Amino acid sequence: MSLTMATEAPHFELPGVDGRDHSLDDYAEFPVLAVVWSCNHCPYVQGWEGRMKAIQQEYGDHGFRLVAISSNDAESHPADSFDEMKARAEAEGFNFDYLYDEDQSVARRYGPERTPEVFLFDEGRRLVYHGAIDDNRDEDAVTEHHLRDAIEALLDGRDPAVRETPPVGCTVKWKA
Amino acid sequence: MTVEFLYWAGCPSHPEARELLEGVLQARGVDVAIDVREVRTQEDARELAFPGSPTIRVDGRDVDPVGAEEPPSLSCRIYRLPNGRVSPVPTREQIEEALQ
Repeated sequence: MSLTMATEAPHFELPGVDGRDHSLDDYAEFPVLAVVWSCNHCPYVQGWEGRMKAIQQEYGDHGFRLVAISSNDAESHPADSFDEMKARAEAEGFNFDYLYDEDQSVARRYGPERTPEVFLFDEGRRLVYHGAIDDNRDEDAVTEHHLRDAIEALLDGRDPAVRETPPVGCTVKWKA
Repeated sequence: MTVEFLYWAGCPSHPEARELLEGVLQARGVDVAIDVREVRTQEDARELAFPGSPTIRVDGRDVDPVGAEEPPSLSCRIYRLPNGRVSPVPTREQIEEALQ
């Protein structure tokens, strides 16, 4: 069960591909925080990664931070192992933190079903948008920029007009 | 000619891929019943040498022979587009080429 709207962001403290541990509190200085469930192996994630980087690049200097978390079972999907996450982050030049939720405890608290799947929090760390990054896996066919619109609304002191959209992507790979 | 369409329901790309396949067959006037198989378990994936969903084979030949080399897996399959991007479904051109 995913977080319901206005729920406070559950705590996490997870290792990142940069070799450091990252907790929710570490992002307190950023008034807008997107926690995005992600992974390596999924073509939907790979298709959206460039847009994740672009959004971090565009709004990073305006109080926004994007954090990606992979909770996938690396036994069934070895491409999603922590070592492979580190390699992908390096190869793709991720400009956002990429964290590994090996025991899936953080995923159980947030309740993502897909990758990618966005949980966007306001300054009080209340959930204000949940769902897809935008409305099309094909970058050239996007007409609705859900995450961008929600970020801009928050940075502008408004509530996002769209609060929830269905995430599209691979399922989170839960441990057996 | 045989056309196989293998999919795993956990990946949302199969309806789009099947529609694409059916469209290509229709456009080329190929009247063949598609052998549709749902892959439900990792054991199924191994037995069928299923490298991810969806997988399309024409006369036993994968429309993306390179991707077919990936290990059997219940996951979404990655197709690489000519522009360097990735896609969860094959291109029309890959299917057309396999039908030639």
